Amino acid sequence: MINLTINGQQHELDVPDNMPLLWAIRDVVGMKGTKFGCGIAQCGACTVHLDGVATRSCVTPVSAAQGEITTIEAMADDAVGQKVQQAWLDLGVAQCGYCQGGQIMNATALLKKTPEPDTQEIVDAMAGNLCRCGTYNRILAAIERAADKEASS
Amino acid sequence: MNQSDDTLLLANVSRRGLLKGLAGGSALLLAARWDLGLANEQAQFGAGAMPGGWVDNPNVFIHIDPDGTVTIINNRAEMGQGIRTSLVMVAADELGADWDRVRARQANADQDKYGNQNTDGSRSMRHWYDPMRRAAAAARMMLEQAAADQWKVPVHEVRAGIHKMEHPATGRELGFGDLAAAARELDVPVRSALVLKSDSELRFIGKESGLINGELKSAYPKAIDGEDIVTGKAVFGADIDLENTLYAVVARPPVYGAKVKSVDDSEALKVTGVKKTIRIEGTGQPAAFNPLGGVAVVASNTWAAMEGRKALKIEWDNAPAGDNADYTSDAYRESLEKAAQSPGKVIRQSGDVEVALKEANKRVSATYYMPHMAQAPMEPPVAVVRVENGKAEAWAPVQNPRATREGIAGLLEIDMANVTVHQTLLGGGFGRKSKPDFVIEAARVAKEFEGQPIKLQWSREDDIQHAYFHAVSVDHLEAGLDGEGKATSWRHRTLSPSIASLFAPDPKHKGEFELGMGFNTMPFSIPAIRLENPPAPAHVRIGWFRSVYNLPHAWAIQSFAHEMAEAAGKDHRDYVLELLGPGREVHNLTVGDGWNYGEDPDLYPIDVARMRRVIERATEEAGWGRETKKGRGLGLAFHHSFVSYTAVVFDVEVDDDGELTIHRADIAFDCGPQANPERIRAQMEGSCVMGIGIALQSEVFFKDGVAQQSNFDKYLIPRMPDAPDVVRVHLIDNPDDAMGGVGEPGLPPVAPALCNAIYAATGKRIRRLPVGNQLQVS
Repeated sequence: MINLTINGQQHELDVPDNMPLLWAIRDVVGMKGTKFGCGIAQCGACTVHLDGVATRSCVTPVSAAQGEITTIEAMADDAVGQKVQQAWLDLGVAQCGYCQGGQIMNATALLKKTPEPDTQEIVDAMAGNLCRCGTYNRILAAIERAADKEASS
Repeated sequence: MNQSDDTLLLANVSRRGLLKGLAGGSALLLAARWDLGLANEQAQFGAGAMPGGWVDNPNVFIHIDPDGTVTIINNRAEMGQGIRTSLVMVAADELGADWDRVRARQANADQDKYGNQNTDGSRSMRHWYDPMRRAAAAARMMLEQAAADQWKVPVHEVRAGIHKMEHPATGRELGFGDLAAAARELDVPVRSALVLKSDSELRFIGKESGLINGELKSAYPKAIDGEDIVTGKAVFGADIDLENTLYAVVARPPVYGAKVKSVDDSEALKVTGVKKTIRIEGTGQPAAFNPLGGVAVVASNTWAAMEGRKALKIEWDNAPAGDNADYTSDAYRESLEKAAQSPGKVIRQSGDVEVALKEANKRVSATYYMPHMAQAPMEPPVAVVRVENGKAEAWAPVQNPRATREGIAGLLEIDMANVTVHQTLLGGGFGRKSKPDFVIEAARVAKEFEGQPIKLQWSREDDIQHAYFHAVSVDHLEAGLDGEGKATSWRHRTLSPSIASLFAPDPKHKGEFELGMGFNTMPFSIPAIRLENPPAPAHVRIGWFRSVYNLPHAWAIQSFAHEMAEAAGKDHRDYVLELLGPGREVHNLTVGDGWNYGEDPDLYPIDVARMRRVIERATEEAGWGRETKKGRGLGLAFHHSFVSYTAVVFDVEVDDDGELTIHRADIAFDCGPQANPERIRAQMEGSCVMGIGIALQSEVFFKDGVAQQSNFDKYLIPRMPDAPDVVRVHLIDNPDDAMGGVGEPGLPPVAPALCNAIYAATGKRIRRLPVGNQLQVS
């Protein structure tokens, strides 16, 4: 049995130790906001926070996920996450939207660590998150907007 | 989730009855651009000529609850182009609905009810703008009539407000919800009686909103799915969650056309969670939308299925694949380059090119290569199918719901009436999901599990190695210039395997719909032109990739025009404007194209004046002609596709180490009337980034018939650092022409514009994509 704490809730799962956290979240717990994109930590669609750190759940075995796991479903209850989500909506970032949960998780982790990142810091931090629709310029602008809001609040 | 798709009627009028009314109204003219053309059954062009045609019955598309909630049915696949917002917005605007009280509901696969649902060819808005406005206008007029009846006043005294009807003379008001029940009993107005809103009465259609070149104008109207997306609630194909689901992955033959010779699944069955393996017979070549065959592993979760698949021992039989097993990209490219040296099937000819070339003062010649690419939408192919009691139900992110339904019915040998296909959001499409093979494959597995839903997930490796690949291409061009550098001749040989090879014995030549994507429709005004298409066989599944054959044609033609300008010693922009000649309308039939994207040539000629205008706009906005320092340069390309016009200028810098920086892109775009400028900008921005990947990074190459890239570590697509520092979109205000496509026409000119900019910055001419490490200083 594996115990996971996801968005503050305890889950006891009967899964092998080496099952990636992504599939435990999606197929076993049944939360679908965290997405499968590549399975090898190349695209960032599966990004969650593990003790506040942006983590690729597709390559993180559940046995290594022994901390506070936070997913996109909890971002509306997170002060920074909310600002990021609002900036995403204000600027119409999303096209298909499939990668955007992972983008928002990564952006939120960045802003928590670095509340006022410069452009290069944002680009460096977001380089691991792919968007096939090509929304990068709006993602960048949205993070800057959320950071401004963060700074002025 | 609620998958119920009952259509709730505003009025009890059958489609047949409505169509009768429509046929009687064939002479009506609402306005020039509202020309309704022919009824579906007679149409040769446009929406009416598509399978299933259009439907504009308000009963089908618009429902109003007693509490005033307006639900508008979207019948097109949402894959990121924003059609669920844009098309619903068109109807809501015409209806006069309060956007905050509007909901969208996705239509099931039902062509008879909803008209054509095949979401490709950049057709959704240009084919559905008019029908949706008519449907909404009809609904609004029924609400007006209901209010007039209630107030016992003539209907002309009723004024349509926002989400309500007003009687100004007495100050009375009734909300849409109050009137819905009475309106439902009324007849739908005949089409000749419809009155559409004037432009000044519109709130959303054609109005700029959102982010415009870095400035936020207004975040309203908000996107239909925006909140669901940012909170993780949006339901894509992969997110369908049914009780008792089993999860499947499939090991497919690495070579196209190969089959399973033997399989040992003993280790796979030992993996915790694995339930069963199923051998799937491939349907051979041509594959069309049929499963490729192989071995499915079914398990209690996706990961167990993937682990089980790793443990399979499969011996493949390459014999049925024929020479596909020898397919190697380098050798293939060389064979096409060689074939390009000889004449091919003549597609278009005027003047005598051979004589003109001989008499030319200067000859320019170049060969361009574009490799195979995989669409690689962020959501890999995935589907859920349940087969029970001779019926099938599927939940799938597909661009073509009708083909999905037909394919499942065919595989299960049941009537299509017994197949339900629920359309989910698509996590990207780009043409990949216009092929429903992955849903049909899921149905094949589900057939073995009566009553139990099967979620069949493709891994990224599956997606890239078994894509319906963008056709590899070689384009060889030669031009003759006179003493002043003016072009006197143009010979273009284009070689690519055809998408037709997917459905029939390989024709080895491009079809009309492929040549018509910017090859024979090339609008340059040159006295001697000869366009040829030598043969090129297919060895993998070739399929639509966003913009399709416009990609290689634009890449070659736009690069070559720049090379001609250089040879002539002229400014690139001035030179191409001269090549294009004066503004005029080129009829597609006069250049050997009988297709014209399915549109009426009279409404949609190739308009050289519009082409010139986007070139002029993009170059002006980019500051064309300005001095640039060493290592920096501007590059231009333009293209007509999907009956729209795009020009792109890049401003780039290449440092001494060959490191490329893209400072800015200026994109001018003319699609005629703009329904939702905000999403048009988004499509141009996204096309720009995707096109940069086509130029710089993306390639799938084959060795012995096997794709050598399988995930994003080797199949490279743009990341944030690859995006331009600034992307500026300049929409041409042109409400008078017919509406053009948006999703695809932004893409073709991007790669050549970028490579032309690289040339301007460095003098290095790129003729083979992707650029990869070609700029690196050795």
